[in-house]
Amino acid sequence: MIEQDRAGAAFLVLVVAVAIAAPVLNQFVPASSPFHLSTYSLTLIGKYMCYAMLALAVDLIWGYAGILSLGHAAFFALGGYAMGMYLMRQIGPRGVYGDPILPDFMVFLNWQKLPWFWVGFNHFWFALIVIAAVPAALALVFGWFAFRSRVTGVYFSIMTQALSYALMLAFFRNDMGFGGNNGFTDFKDILGFDLHADRTRVVLVVVTAAALAASYLACRAIVASRAGRLFRAIRDAESRARFLGYRVESYKLWVFVFSASLAGIAGALYVPQVGIINPSEFAPINSIEAVIWVAVGGRGTLFGAAMGAVLVNYAKTYFTGALPELWLYALGALFVLVTLFLPRGLVGLGARRRRAVHGAAAPVIWALGSHVGVSLGSKLK
Amino acid sequence: MLGTKLQVTWLLLAVILCPARALAQPPLSDVGDVRLVLGELREASFVEKERIVERLSARGDPSIRPVLSALLEDRLFVRESDHLIFIVKSADDSLTSLELIDPVSLAGAGSASRDDLTKIGTNNQLRKRLRALVARFDLSGPDAAVRLAAVEEILRSLDAESLALLRARSTVEPDAGVREQIEIGLGLAALDSGDSRARLDAIAALTRTLRPQVRNRLAGLLERTADGGFAESDERVRQAAAQAVHAIDRWRTFYGVVETLFFGLSVGSVLVLVAVGLAITFGVMGVINMAHGELMMLGAYTTYVMQLAMPNHIAAAIVLAIPAAFLVAGMTGVILERTIIRFLYGRPLETLLATFGVSLVLQQLVRSVFSANNRSVETPAWMSGTLQINGALSITVNRLCIILFSLIVFAILLFVLKRTRLGLDIRAVSQNRAMAQAMGIRTGWVDAMTFGLGSGIAGIAGVALSQFTNVGPNLGQSYIIDSFMVVVFGGVGNLWGTLVGGLSMGVVDQLLEPYAGAVLAKIFVLVALIVFIQRWPRGLFPQTGRAAETQA
Amino acid sequence: MIRPPHLPSPDKILTLDDLTVSFDGFKALDGLTLSVDRGELRCIIGPNGAGKTTMMDVVTGKTRPDHGSAWFAQDVDLLALSEPEIAQAGIGRKFQKPTVFESLTVFENLELAIWGDKSFWKDLVARLTRAERQHIDDILDVIGLTAERAALAGTLAHGQKQWLEIGMLLMQEPELLLVDEPVAGMTPQETARTAELLLSLAAEHSLIVVEHDMDFVRSIARRVTVLHEGRVLADGNMDQVQNDPRVVEVYLGA
Repeated sequence: MIEQDRAGAAFLVLVVAVAIAAPVLNQFVPASSPFHLSTYSLTLIGKYMCYAMLALAVDLIWGYAGILSLGHAAFFALGGYAMGMYLMRQIGPRGVYGDPILPDFMVFLNWQKLPWFWVGFNHFWFALIVIAAVPAALALVFGWFAFRSRVTGVYFSIMTQALSYALMLAFFRNDMGFGGNNGFTDFKDILGFDLHADRTRVVLVVVTAAALAASYLACRAIVASRAGRLFRAIRDAESRARFLGYRVESYKLWVFVFSASLAGIAGALYVPQVGIINPSEFAPINSIEAVIWVAVGGRGTLFGAAMGAVLVNYAKTYFTGALPELWLYALGALFVLVTLFLPRGLVGLGARRRRAVHGAAAPVIWALGSHVGVSLGSKLK
Repeated sequence: MLGTKLQVTWLLLAVILCPARALAQPPLSDVGDVRLVLGELREASFVEKERIVERLSARGDPSIRPVLSALLEDRLFVRESDHLIFIVKSADDSLTSLELIDPVSLAGAGSASRDDLTKIGTNNQLRKRLRALVARFDLSGPDAAVRLAAVEEILRSLDAESLALLRARSTVEPDAGVREQIEIGLGLAALDSGDSRARLDAIAALTRTLRPQVRNRLAGLLERTADGGFAESDERVRQAAAQAVHAIDRWRTFYGVVETLFFGLSVGSVLVLVAVGLAITFGVMGVINMAHGELMMLGAYTTYVMQLAMPNHIAAAIVLAIPAAFLVAGMTGVILERTIIRFLYGRPLETLLATFGVSLVLQQLVRSVFSANNRSVETPAWMSGTLQINGALSITVNRLCIILFSLIVFAILLFVLKRTRLGLDIRAVSQNRAMAQAMGIRTGWVDAMTFGLGSGIAGIAGVALSQFTNVGPNLGQSYIIDSFMVVVFGGVGNLWGTLVGGLSMGVVDQLLEPYAGAVLAKIFVLVALIVFIQRWPRGLFPQTGRAAETQA
Repeated sequence: MIRPPHLPSPDKILTLDDLTVSFDGFKALDGLTLSVDRGELRCIIGPNGAGKTTMMDVVTGKTRPDHGSAWFAQDVDLLALSEPEIAQAGIGRKFQKPTVFESLTVFENLELAIWGDKSFWKDLVARLTRAERQHIDDILDVIGLTAERAALAGTLAHGQKQWLEIGMLLMQEPELLLVDEPVAGMTPQETARTAELLLSLAAEHSLIVVEHDMDFVRSIARRVTVLHEGRVLADGNMDQVQNDPRVVEVYLGA
């Protein structure tokens, strides 16, 4: 526990460092300098931090409560869509068809008026509520039925995967009113700030870093509470917990709901930075990838999961740029190798070494973090 | 004034006398006559042209048919230089010089400039007549499909003469389908008979056919005409017609349901086929094999390679692809089990992640070898086409094949599990590994064989899938979720559950599709399954007792 | 839910009437009728498949019977309650295989077992009071694990896990304890300690102990019930039961 606290603190310091260094290197270091951080890299960092939040959400329920959700990409995408709806409404008459109210795709489909579920999205506060509430509500309904019927283990995983697949099919349909295949893109501005401006990007990255840090602290608080201990207890011996008088279902349900809305917030931060959201975000593979980030970093450690997300995605950026055909081999091999040889992930590896050479887990995290940071700066300019 | 009156009288006379004159004509006896009569077409009016073609066909010599169809298709021309009639091979507008065919010998006759040729025109009336005449020739042709088309053409414009022709044909017609079509035609014609007895008989005969045209014709008898009376004056005939319409409607509804069920069963058979391999690896071994879809993909590519290897024997290639795909996918499965899965028994979530990694590698492997493009696998001729069961129901052969195929695969699998030594070992290991080991069963070997069996069946499913979907690297992904849903829905560890689950999912999907569309129907089925599993987590046929508890 | 013809008498802690449970046609319980007095220590023995574990499953809400009734004290209908509700009502259960939370410390295991209103939101902010801390220390003393309080439960020896689990039951402050094979796999010393522990509990709690070890049963039992094929075969003190010819035939003699 104490060990984790130290590594977690290191992780928090790292996040804060990124939140300070990235804007400075982008805004105040001249583009000619080798230390300049391009806006492209800046946005990548923001994207990785969104993924790190998604990884926290997955780790909270998988690493601690033993619930493997293969539908977290769906919650992420739902949050992203909610943000996308706000951003679409912000375009206003600047769309290709110039309709002041209707987004372009609705004009294209010959829709006459805004569907009821689009009403309110012109307000940022409304979008903020939906971003967390819709994933939470879906998780609440789904989880209530699933946990009450004791749908557990792989059955739960398969059900969440099917749910996410069904949502993907639904969002692909034009009639759903979410832009069908193409989803949302061509966003203009957020809260009146131009999304293409460097300064807006910098602010988004700082906000994302703050959200990541806050998510980490919230997850940490949950797992350190008695409820958090109970999650680990449930993972070890669910029936024991039940015979001690715990309504296990309700504990699982609430942590699942929290985790889903965390994923939704991550998705909402993701969309303005990457500039697009479409139904492929619901694809089952995305959920499974998020699980592998957690597994690579080390499940049940939170900071490890977040670092795993950054590492794997950094590798993905590198591979898909340099050796595109090798990426799936690498990712596939990663899945196999981590499950076979690193059941506790890289953190486990660090902890094992720590025992041997009397170091600490924190330096490993630091090393990983600084490596990624430096390589990002140099590689992606 | 007087002049016009005279002209009208002449016209009237001509019209009245025409048939008489036509009948008075001696039958054409030789080639010279044919050319002569054809020549008359040059200056004939439409009415006269009609008489001319009647005369030409009256002899019943099929050699005149090409001329009739050429005239029908605007390919009969007069060469202005010598006023001779020719068929042209093609009268396409882009051609300046047309290739000529002699209308009697049908031999090539050189070519002529378009300027030198004048088309022999037709009007609606004449074309209708020509179609009927062509159909008469076709009625005795060798091809049943042509005869059927001819019957349908003749029925479009019935007269006493063509009725007689049809009646005569129905006594010698060998093909049941054509005979039925003739009977329907005769029946429909009889409805116009003045004798109400004949009309009643016709209705009785027509009730047996379920064609929409018959139903509508009979329903027409019950309609009121503008003057308030019924289209059919006889009360008894009306009653019979009403009953017949009712009966036809009932049967058509019934066969509609049968057809939907059949479609649903065929869709469900595919689901059973893709899921039954998983029922073994998941249900018996507790392994979540996310690479199951990619094993199917390997089977589909095996089919593709077999066809590449034997391009002239498509059907044989597919038959041989079945064992080949079983071996390819089965061997892959055995390797997978020996190198990865055996270290993960009892940790289903870990098998899920590791096999998902394997699925990515297999997909990329296929992309590297075969490119990311879809490959098309040909369907053997005997698998395309439809079986017309009756007027209301036709069954496509490929759907029938897939149902039979998956039932056979299922039966073989059941046999292997219940009646062979391997099956006994598999069941023993899955029920009590330690005890099985103590009794001398090589559990490692049994695990490999079990996984290989499930994987091999995935390969066989891939052969079937190659027949109606594109063979590409993503083939497996589109089926993996369905497969898992089938197995969970049916009840894990229960093969019969997989069969019933898969078939019923297919049927429900097809029942919904007309109302919701394909995608929405699929979404409904998925959501319904999710809700079902939430309520009955152990599926349709749950395992009960202690075995179930140790499984979960 | 059919009420029993007569209300359970006030001195009964558990009243089972005509319980029947079948799995795929196999009757795990076949009209089992049994009652346990307040403060009693009852041993239940019987060959494998006699229905001992199924009976515990029914009492703790894990399995629903096809038929029959089960009453806790005078007024708690066990068949209408879920597992956590039954636990909250005052029935604790120790599993056949020692089941503790292996990735938590001994102290944390006991903390989670504290009796009280249990809900996610309360447990998010719950802090141990001084009294609760004292209670845990007392229990640690009772089960002899004071020295291991900070150790992960997964690292304990087999016998220690058994005691920890019993300790967790005690934290729950149950009126009735169901104990399934508490001394399986224990050394003779551990067995003796366990016997002592259970006997000391019997004063304040009612206990039902299922056990195979005859010497152990003899050492603690006042009254023994023999189950066979889902029914009560014999009932009485150890000597009576051991000399019952039917028992000798199906169990002891086998």
